[in-house]
Amino acid sequence: MIDLQDIHVRYTGRRGVAHAVRGVNLHVGRGEVFGVIGRSGAGKSTLVRVVNLLTRPSEGRVHVAGRELTALAPAQLREARHHIGMVFQHFNLLSSRTVRANVALPLELAGVPRADIERRVADLLSLVGLGDLGERYPSQISGGQKQRVGIARALASRPQVLLCDEPTSALDPETTRAILGLLRTVQREFGLTIVLITHQMQVIKQVADRVAVMDHGQVVEQGAVVDVFTRPQHDTTRSLIEEIVPQALPAGVLERIRSLMSADPDGRVLRLAFAGDGSDRPLLSELVRRFGLDLNIVHGQVDEIQGRPFGSLAVHARGTRDQLAAAVSHLRGAGVVVQEVAHV
Amino acid sequence: MFDVFTPQLLALFADSLWETLVMVGLSGVIGALAGVPLGVFLRLTDRGGVLENAAANRIVGGIVNAVRSTPFIILLVAIIPFTRLVAGSSIGTAAAVVPLTVAAAPFIARLVETALREVDPGLVEAALAMGATTRQVVFKVLLPEALPGIVAGLTITLVSLTGYSAMAGAIGGGGLGDLGIRYGYQRFLPEVMLAVVLVLVVFVQAVQSLGDWLVRRLAHR
Repeated sequence: MIDLQDIHVRYTGRRGVAHAVRGVNLHVGRGEVFGVIGRSGAGKSTLVRVVNLLTRPSEGRVHVAGRELTALAPAQLREARHHIGMVFQHFNLLSSRTVRANVALPLELAGVPRADIERRVADLLSLVGLGDLGERYPSQISGGQKQRVGIARALASRPQVLLCDEPTSALDPETTRAILGLLRTVQREFGLTIVLITHQMQVIKQVADRVAVMDHGQVVEQGAVVDVFTRPQHDTTRSLIEEIVPQALPAGVLERIRSLMSADPDGRVLRLAFAGDGSDRPLLSELVRRFGLDLNIVHGQVDEIQGRPFGSLAVHARGTRDQLAAAVSHLRGAGVVVQEVAHV
Repeated sequence: MFDVFTPQLLALFADSLWETLVMVGLSGVIGALAGVPLGVFLRLTDRGGVLENAAANRIVGGIVNAVRSTPFIILLVAIIPFTRLVAGSSIGTAAAVVPLTVAAAPFIARLVETALREVDPGLVEAALAMGATTRQVVFKVLLPEALPGIVAGLTITLVSLTGYSAMAGAIGGGGLGDLGIRYGYQRFLPEVMLAVVLVLVVFVQAVQSLGDWLVRRLAHR
């Protein structure tokens, strides 16, 4: 649905050339929610603006819905943009227009007849749960309601693609969940393809199917969200995940492990990271029954990504060297990432 | 002390007030018709504008600054040939409207440009993302969003024009200011001067209050 080929964006400023995006290739499939995450300044906001050519890349090609946008004349590009909705961090609603008139704007721009606009706007407002706020002005509604208006407006011209630039970064956690839920709902209902930019891993975790991690203008890692969460390859990814799933064990837990280890020098402390399908198997009891280990869970956390469990456990395992080695390879065979918490 | 206000003088007062209203009103309206598009042009061609064009911006901006830095009393006489061409005469109220308009347009242009600059660039970006043309960006986003600021600017312009119109007496334009100078100052009738000032104070107060009320009605921030 969206194809970015070797995208470079350079800005010429007073202090020379800034290279905001450096050779990015991305492919987003139809009906997919594709997250792009990175720290501020990583180039992700620039990248999302490349998709609808609000920022024209210095190099590279952009295809959306089978058309090469980078090859279109200005009038054709404007027409193509009617089919690409965009949702903004700061909502970008017109303060001079009511909620209803804001949602109507893209339809007015596209020259839709007035009667059709009225009907469509009423449908959209009830879709996003703002049926009775049509006559309010943006200054009279809350942030979450403003973003609902932003989403209704972006959907007005029945786009196939929705670009979301930090759609929840100005919202509190509860409102964030509600807005992400709404995005998921409309995505399913209309079969939308969504590209979502964020700096919050929590957002990726809740809505994205696949994710690309950006750092210094490059995509340093991409893949299915579950894979990236459980097997992060790049330091940036690890530090972003750290925010919601701390990788380091808490000090109190390390203290306990230290005392366990000194009481029992033969035992080992293993960190087991699991995700998705294997996590439904009774792996721990297998370790006990088949390999004769003694297990003591010292720390653990289990969460969910896209309805699939993932998490990590720290276990104190006691057994012979052979038993432990066999158990570890059994776990690895089942898709669990095993690390030894060594020399605490 | 009120015996100086003979029926003749009161009639003159009414005429002068009317002349002031004509000069300020006409030059305000025509100045806005020229100044608003000029302000839009300056904003669009400025850095980061939809039609960014440094050369065009610098040329038009330079002309605007040149007119604005010319003292009005000098502008009044300097453009007399142009005034005669437009108004058919270089003296009288109609003739005074020409230099007042020439002074008002660039003044309004800068105030409109400033008001447009206050519009969040994110709104323009959102409109462009929806496939808006430059024309649509101007008429659907920039002007409606900047309207309260533009109205506030026009209010300031009308007040300034009231002040400028007092100098129109130099080319026989008439108006309250001229009345004050000729009767109050040159004929030693301080009561007339005081009355002129009082009427102008009330007039400016009314213009400002009307402007403020309109801005409040238009702003939904």
